[in-house]
Amino acid sequence: MTPRVGVITFPGSLDDKDAARAVRLAGGESVSLWHADANLHSVDAVVLPGGFSYGDYLRCGAIAKFAPVMEKLVDAGNGGLPILGICNGFQVLTESHLLPGALTRNDHLHFICRDQKLRIENNSSAWTSDFEVGAEILIPLKNGEGGYVADEKTLDELEGEGRVIARYLGLNPNGSRRDIAGITNARGNVVGIMPHPEHAVEKLTGPTTDGLGFFTSLITSLVNNGKVSA
Amino acid sequence: MSVDKVSDAIASPKAQQPFAELGLKKDEYKSIRDILGRRPTSSELAMYSVMWSEHCSYKSSKVHLRQFGTKVPKNDSMLVGIGENAGVVDIGHGWAVTFKVESHNHPSYVEPYQGAATGIGGIVRDIISMGARPVAVMDPLRFGDPGNPDTRRVLTGIVAGIGGYGNCLGLPNIGGEIVFDPSYQGNPLVNALCVGTMKHEDIHLAKASGVGNAVILYGARTGGDGIGGVSVLASETFDADGPAKRPSVQVGDPFMEKLLIECTLEVLHAGLVEGIQDLGGAGISCATSELASNGEGGMHVWLDRVLLRDSTLSPEEILMSESQERMCAVVEPAKIDAFMAVCKKWDVEAVVIGEVNNSGRLTVEWHGDEIVNVPPRSVAHDGPVYERPFARPDWMDVRQTSGPEDLVRPKTAAEVKQTWLTMTGTPNLASKSWVTSQYDRYVMGNTILAQPEDSGMIRVDEETGLGVAVSTDCNARFVALDPYKGAQLALAESFRNVAVTGAKPLAVTNCLNFGSPEDPAVMWQFEQAVTGLADACLEMGTPVTGGNVSFYNQTGEVAIHPTPVIGVLGVIDNVERRTPMAWAQDGELVYVLGTTRDELAGSEWAHAIHSHLGGHPPVLDLQSEMTLAEILVAGSSQQFLSAAHDVSEGGIAQTIAEMAMRSGFGVRIDVPAGIDAFTFLWSESATRAVVVVPQNRNEEFLALCQSKDFAATKIGAVDSLSKAIEVSGVFGETISLDIEELRTISEETLPRLFG
Repeated sequence: MTPRVGVITFPGSLDDKDAARAVRLAGGESVSLWHADANLHSVDAVVLPGGFSYGDYLRCGAIAKFAPVMEKLVDAGNGGLPILGICNGFQVLTESHLLPGALTRNDHLHFICRDQKLRIENNSSAWTSDFEVGAEILIPLKNGEGGYVADEKTLDELEGEGRVIARYLGLNPNGSRRDIAGITNARGNVVGIMPHPEHAVEKLTGPTTDGLGFFTSLITSLVNNGKVSA
Repeated sequence: MSVDKVSDAIASPKAQQPFAELGLKKDEYKSIRDILGRRPTSSELAMYSVMWSEHCSYKSSKVHLRQFGTKVPKNDSMLVGIGENAGVVDIGHGWAVTFKVESHNHPSYVEPYQGAATGIGGIVRDIISMGARPVAVMDPLRFGDPGNPDTRRVLTGIVAGIGGYGNCLGLPNIGGEIVFDPSYQGNPLVNALCVGTMKHEDIHLAKASGVGNAVILYGARTGGDGIGGVSVLASETFDADGPAKRPSVQVGDPFMEKLLIECTLEVLHAGLVEGIQDLGGAGISCATSELASNGEGGMHVWLDRVLLRDSTLSPEEILMSESQERMCAVVEPAKIDAFMAVCKKWDVEAVVIGEVNNSGRLTVEWHGDEIVNVPPRSVAHDGPVYERPFARPDWMDVRQTSGPEDLVRPKTAAEVKQTWLTMTGTPNLASKSWVTSQYDRYVMGNTILAQPEDSGMIRVDEETGLGVAVSTDCNARFVALDPYKGAQLALAESFRNVAVTGAKPLAVTNCLNFGSPEDPAVMWQFEQAVTGLADACLEMGTPVTGGNVSFYNQTGEVAIHPTPVIGVLGVIDNVERRTPMAWAQDGELVYVLGTTRDELAGSEWAHAIHSHLGGHPPVLDLQSEMTLAEILVAGSSQQFLSAAHDVSEGGIAQTIAEMAMRSGFGVRIDVPAGIDAFTFLWSESATRAVVVVPQNRNEEFLALCQSKDFAATKIGAVDSLSKAIEVSGVFGETISLDIEELRTISEETLPRLFG
């Protein structure tokens, strides 16, 4: 059975079709989920895509948190459902407290779109298992509010528990504390990442195909956990 | 406050009306009285004033623009021609593409962020009203002296506005231009281009047909912003000490626009719409009068039903408001519920404001009173047409006879190297990545090429790899030297930039930015440029599908350089075969296609080093330009070119430098015999490209050039071990330019000025 991966569309989601394409290229079946439909339709995993949900009004991700689908998603995430939040999706995950910390305005105050080098720090999460620890990858980054912040205690905890999944290499593009580009929850099923792996899945359109690893990791971990057959 | 009803207009024929304040001339006001057989009501006056503005009525340009309709090349690709919201071109496999460029110059000077933002919003709505999904945007921009403090205010605001709106809309920004010249100091140019794709069966047109059908206004609520934007702002020159015009600028909400795109495409694809029109300049006045006059000829509007942001707005203000993110649809009564359900799904407010009838009149009522009763065509299409006087100004003689021949040129290898380093860092030639990195080029996942490549390229169909390439260009200095030839050179450059990537040029859009049409010299530039462009489009087989005119880009007596920005769209069967600008393999051969002459008038070198503008622009042979394009397209489809890059501003030196910086490794170049190093490196002769040929495809490449009798000069080879551009034959010596040093110089300029 092909793994079914839901991609949630909020008003203002922009990279939902890109996320669906990445799921398909990794061998999964993408399932469109609608913000107003409080039903996950029995998917095996969920991607919260990039964009400007609700126009980023109030605070990035703050209004999306109250969408009907989110109550189901938070329960499912706490129950172990693999969830990947990319960019705005990461912001929704921190607003929903599935992940700690917050994303703030880039320290240089400009939106920035560029190809960003990352180092994979953790390959035990559902979304990074196909990478080697220490692997250096290049994927697009594009955000205006991508600076990851948390209090020192939380940052120490994340580091201590190996929950930083990727770090920026070279110039820190947005002022993120400790160069953090992505983190996971303690269980390893919920991952938030600021750069865009779904934009690096085809040679023609991305700087590399390094981003595909996040999606193949998911398929691998679903198979290994017996959620779907190989 | 009582409203001015039609019955009042009949009862008080002599009432004084503020037509001049609304931008109407005395004879135009008299025409309105003649059409109506009475004085207009204040609401009618408001409608006519915005619809008869230069911006909406094209009253000064119409007589010349007709050439685009009469000099039409035979082209089987045109599905919808000039005159609709945007032209539509067939690209095969059942796919069609629509594209258009528009100006938002005046608002962007007054309020850079919102002006530039709403410029994107407006062009995007033009594209969705054709039934197409917008897939990319581009922004041709012109600014004043980079050292002037006001340029910083204008540029940073405009760039932030384009990014803030476009990024939030989810459209990749794939190119455009940024050019600095003092002539734009008080009149920066903000042009916005949008490309949309659709299947043939999804094409929609703006007309209100079907008696009894409902007219639905949906999207954002109507507010007091942008009142008189087209008439007060875009159709007058700026006065040095005039009143603030900021209230005439609209305010954008990209989130609402994103919802409007999705909602509109859903109602169109569900077959719920008979006709559709976006609301841009002139707002409800424009949408209702255009829809009515393109359909059965009559419409009744209940204006008090319009949802308002500000309940105190008068009917005149509601008719003139240019509040953004609004659309108007004509819907059969039986489909209204389904239409409203889609709007509700996307959280878009919608209300039936009118009904199509066959009265031949556009009637508007306000709480039971009739406040407008006009023939809709008289508002939308039968505005005034001016045959403005035009004459070649005497100063053209001086300008054309003071050529660049006496300018001091570098004469030694050391001087050539220094010139190269200096030119690489000039604001016009320097890297624009500080700007373009503020725009999202990745969203949608179909961007094949984006800045700094010659064209933006988008994959249209993931199955077949079918794609389109778009470029915009205009060297306004060439147009200033000779508007007829300059406009043709702009077309040629844009055509070439599309062909360089391997796409076949198909169609043209334009944004004609000029000074005041009331100045005969400006009008002459306009007439010459339009004629030159129409003649060239006819010869090159690329029809003009639509465009926009922006006059009054003038502050006091100072007009901008005439700037007809030309957009060319091309099609490529398989984007996997696109030709990039960077070389990739050691030992590949580097050629110049085309002929380099001593042509430096209007060049970037003359401008940047000597602040000189004079002489005649480079010669242009359109047939040669088409031959060059054939070679470049064949090079892509037969894969005998591994890289190619257009030669334009900054000459071959700049072309080579850009290719090297994009690639990261070096090249050895020999200055060919028969030409001095300076002319070879910085002449801006037209119809040239630098191409890179794999050694095993060299014979095929040369055979093709020979069969087409087109000059191909080998100038060197790629050297992957080197990190430098090495040029021999430079006044008897060899110079070497370190690529990383060039990159540093190129990338430092804009952040230093504006960061």
